[in-house]
Amino acid sequence: MLEVRELACRRGDAELFRDLDFQVAAGEALLVRGANGSGKTSLLRILCGLSSPHAGAVYWQGRRVAPLDRELRSSSIYLGHTAPLKDDLTVMENLDFALRLGGDQPGMESQLAALDSVGLFTRRHLRARQLSAGQRRRVGMARMLLADRPVWLLDEPGTALDAKGVKLFEGALETHLRKGGLAVITTHHDLDIDAPWREIVLQ
Amino acid sequence: MNQQALTLPAHAAADPGVLPGYYAILRRELLLAMRSRGEAVQPAVFFVIVASLFPLGVGADTQLLTRIAPGVVWVCGLLAALLSLSRLFNSDYLDGTLEQLLLSPYALPALVAAKICAHWLTTGLPLSLIAPLLGLQFGLDGGELWLMVITLLLGTPLLSMIGAIAAALTLGARGSSVLIALLVLPLYVPVLIFGAGAVEASLSGVDYSGHLALLGAGTLLGIVFVPFVAAAALRISLD
Repeated sequence: MLEVRELACRRGDAELFRDLDFQVAAGEALLVRGANGSGKTSLLRILCGLSSPHAGAVYWQGRRVAPLDRELRSSSIYLGHTAPLKDDLTVMENLDFALRLGGDQPGMESQLAALDSVGLFTRRHLRARQLSAGQRRRVGMARMLLADRPVWLLDEPGTALDAKGVKLFEGALETHLRKGGLAVITTHHDLDIDAPWREIVLQ
Repeated sequence: MNQQALTLPAHAAADPGVLPGYYAILRRELLLAMRSRGEAVQPAVFFVIVASLFPLGVGADTQLLTRIAPGVVWVCGLLAALLSLSRLFNSDYLDGTLEQLLLSPYALPALVAAKICAHWLTTGLPLSLIAPLLGLQFGLDGGELWLMVITLLLGTPLLSMIGAIAAALTLGARGSSVLIALLVLPLYVPVLIFGAGAVEASLSGVDYSGHLALLGAGTLLGIVFVPFVAAAALRISLD
């Protein structure tokens, strides 16, 4: 279970949010909504540990965790609003590196299968610079499918995806939640998933 | 078996060691250097061109050239190493892969060490290996040429390491490439003094083993401490 208590975040002099409390249980998705600049991305960065909160703390499995706590780091996957790809590497090389860096080493077969399921099989030898924004997202999705982490922290996962891509993502999310994973997702769109989800709105 | 005992093996399995992460980064960095060869050879080309300007500017006085050779080659080496520093973390920062480095289950200092090692392999090592060619232009002979290579091999890792700290600290700052130069050049001074000093000492027939020992000691100290410092600097820069 992922939990935050009395979380506050400041950026410079501006206070983005404070006294934020929520829990996300296994099998549940939390949608974070709010206007541009309301602190959605900052919240995700605090959850994954990249930023430290101004006040309050993050709890993982009931334990208060410091930023970049190793246990939370190895149980979560964070995808920011840009897909972390190296332009000069091919799709396969990027995926393989991302998985190795995450300490996951699925074999070539499962990598190819994952690329196939996100519709990039025929593009697997293309340099990442030649991919469209939506295709870059799909590489991230392939990594999510393979990495098998209980916590998904996703920043605007639907951006740049076409209708089929969004369906694909929703399907992956449903499977993830059904397996007992949890997800915190910032989004401006509604998600059509057949699994328990709640939403919070940042003011 | 109680709950505690059940969760313990999971904790133990969560420690992935550091080597797979280190090799993953090293492999990617070298692959990237191969892919953008034009960019990768820039420091070496810069090194050769700048050092070749000195005989043109100073004139063909062989004795004078030989006397200034160690200093010139070392200063050009410093500047060439400096040239590639702003790219060390910045491209990873811009495309978001640096965040993934911090979020990796592997210990960040090990990953940073791999980046520094790759930087040295693509700048310091080639610079050290082409330095004898430049030394020949300046009229250095056998013994001094070898000594030049040895000092560069001992000293350039330290250049990459000091540079990595500065690059990590200035990440995302405006005008960061100039800022890096301002931060780093004063710190490069000891490396320059002992590196060029060893060759100069040999030219004037003085014992130079002390210079080499100090360079080596500096590099060893750097290998131990720099990854931790640079990793801390990266965490601060990304916060």
